[in-house]
Amino acid sequence: MSKYYLNYLDELESEAIFILREVWAQFDNPVILFSGGKDSILVTHLAKKAFYPAKIPFPLMHVDTGHNFPETIQFRDDIIKDLGVELIVGSVQESIDEGRVAEEKGKNATRNALQITTLLDAIESNKIDCAIGGGRRDEEKARAKERFFSHRDDFGQWDPKNQRPELWNIFNGKHFQGEHFRAFPISNWTEMDVWNYIKRENIAIPSLYFAHEREVVKRDGTWIPNSEFLVLEDHEEVVIKKIRFRTLGDITITGGDESDADTLEKIALEVAGMRNTERGNRSDDKRSESAMEDRKRQGYF
Amino acid sequence: MLDNNQLLRFTTAGSVDDGKSTLIGRLLYDSKSIFEDQLVAIENTSRKKGHEGVDLALFTDGLRDEREQGITIDVAYRYFTTPKRKFIIADTPGHIQYTRNMVTGASTANVATILIDARHGVIEQTKRHAFIASLLNIPHIIVCINKMDLVDFSEKIYNKIVTEFEEIASKLLVTDVRFIPMSALLGDNVVNKSENMPWYQGAPMLHTLETMHISSDINKIDARLPIQTVLRPQREGFLDYRGYAGRVASGILRKGDDITVLPSGFTSKIKSINLHNTELDEAYAPMSVSVTLEDDIDISRGDMIVRSNNKPEPSQDIEVMLCWLNNTSAKPRTKYTVKHTSNEQTAMIKEVVYKYDINTLDRISNNSELNMNDIAKVRIRTTKPLMVDSYRENRTTGSIILIDEATNETVAAGMIV
Repeated sequence: MSKYYLNYLDELESEAIFILREVWAQFDNPVILFSGGKDSILVTHLAKKAFYPAKIPFPLMHVDTGHNFPETIQFRDDIIKDLGVELIVGSVQESIDEGRVAEEKGKNATRNALQITTLLDAIESNKIDCAIGGGRRDEEKARAKERFFSHRDDFGQWDPKNQRPELWNIFNGKHFQGEHFRAFPISNWTEMDVWNYIKRENIAIPSLYFAHEREVVKRDGTWIPNSEFLVLEDHEEVVIKKIRFRTLGDITITGGDESDADTLEKIALEVAGMRNTERGNRSDDKRSESAMEDRKRQGYF
Repeated sequence: MLDNNQLLRFTTAGSVDDGKSTLIGRLLYDSKSIFEDQLVAIENTSRKKGHEGVDLALFTDGLRDEREQGITIDVAYRYFTTPKRKFIIADTPGHIQYTRNMVTGASTANVATILIDARHGVIEQTKRHAFIASLLNIPHIIVCINKMDLVDFSEKIYNKIVTEFEEIASKLLVTDVRFIPMSALLGDNVVNKSENMPWYQGAPMLHTLETMHISSDINKIDARLPIQTVLRPQREGFLDYRGYAGRVASGILRKGDDITVLPSGFTSKIKSINLHNTELDEAYAPMSVSVTLEDDIDISRGDMIVRSNNKPEPSQDIEVMLCWLNNTSAKPRTKYTVKHTSNEQTAMIKEVVYKYDINTLDRISNNSELNMNDIAKVRIRTTKPLMVDSYRENRTTGSIILIDEATNETVAAGMIV
């Protein structure tokens, strides 16, 4: 009977599909948090598989900081059309205009933390009871403690010391009015697993992940893309480099690596040889040792 | 990585003093699973704390409180990959007050690693860890006899500890137990073979994890498909389609099989098995699939499709080994929600048969109070029958959780006797 076992990618896929179906069965109004990055694209792909031949039975939600790569927005709109699902957009710009949040000032200002308010507002106004995210436990030490079904109180906050125990494959999504859950179907995937699976399934991803020529500026040891939002320092110089992005966040904070990897095969090979973690180029995580934990407690992705 | 590489989940139980964090750090470090920026961060922290060299234990630091107190509180999951397998470590605290976290980490593990400090041999904590591994029916146990460098790499001490452990194991239901003498601090027998212990003929820990046979860990005999949801696409070409979606809990289902739907008892044949747009001839645990049937019968979430010649027991009075997970103690005659696969019913704890003293493994029969971290044999009654197998036979259809209806919290985990 030895042929009856799954390889690691099939087992991860099966686990994620199981979680997505549990979310659909246990919640009234779930959404997929869609950023246009590879992890949320993967979750969307898995949802397509989980409910086929039916359409994905819930909307995608994008928290739009306004500081986007144009390629990401194009990709988002294409995928929505292709899947025939609804798109909900929460706009950070609107939160700023309404005075709900204040813009950070200075050279390394980002809208990263401002997303928390926009996200929680969008969850509340759309009566969402479960937001499905592409968070992975290998990304960051606070995420290593995250559950598949993660409870948020009625302020949208995470209490890492008071999480529900999760045993076997039995998930408890029970909640009171006003509370919600975050669900993380790809908790157990590593960056390498994600790339190996994208390659295997030939999943479409934004061109930004492939090596391309781009205007960039060297800042804090990484190549920051030039954009209308970038405030240049006197000594900084815009140059053209062949780079690719390992993760996608706001255009203002996402650094690229010099690379020639322009196919999925080459990317997978490159990632396998990487000696730094993928969030190493994200200035939002470098602010302090518990930057992620602090944001997550408040309601971050 | 090769396409046929498997995923192995293992749990580590131990306290800081056993060198558990050092062992995990050593596994990750020597298998080159640690990135340079992580290493730099650990080097900086080690220096700040005044440690000599790199303190590998810092790799497993998690939340702020844990860093400050230098302890593991919750289960943390860690990942590494070798050319042979992908590994998931459920890193759990070892102290008695975190029994519930150990039980949680153990619930999905193929392998339990139990750490013993060679200077102290088998202690109460070792018994407790072995008991939990046995209770949760973890198929394989690796006993890591650590800190051998502090006992002059003595074969005699190693043999003595093996004998002590085997004595405990003989009283428990454990089948596959292996022993490895090691020094996580120096790296002996973790990834690389020890040069200090030529008398040890076995493999180092990583090689053991990479090669142990785990394909038989899942029950391949009793076909069970708990239904999560029914797929009814509102689109052309699929208007009559009814796909019963779920993850195969155990056994193998094939196209054309005679099946029975529980609890209704209706019978039919499997018409097709699908994963996305691929049609399969068979599905086995733990595959997520959807199946269609030859007959149009009423099936919904919580039902189970099984082969007609092999059915679980419908039961309303169920004996379970229960681990209490919540600060609020169990209340007799209180209603709890019981979750069993995708099924949900109301249940009541009728009787505490006995409790375990989990340090001595003695049974206590005159105390019916269930508090956090207690493990007890209880009888529960459910409002409607559950389709159960014994946990020993089937980890998926033999397990339940209890939810407090007043708080929505998961208060207990149960293994059906």
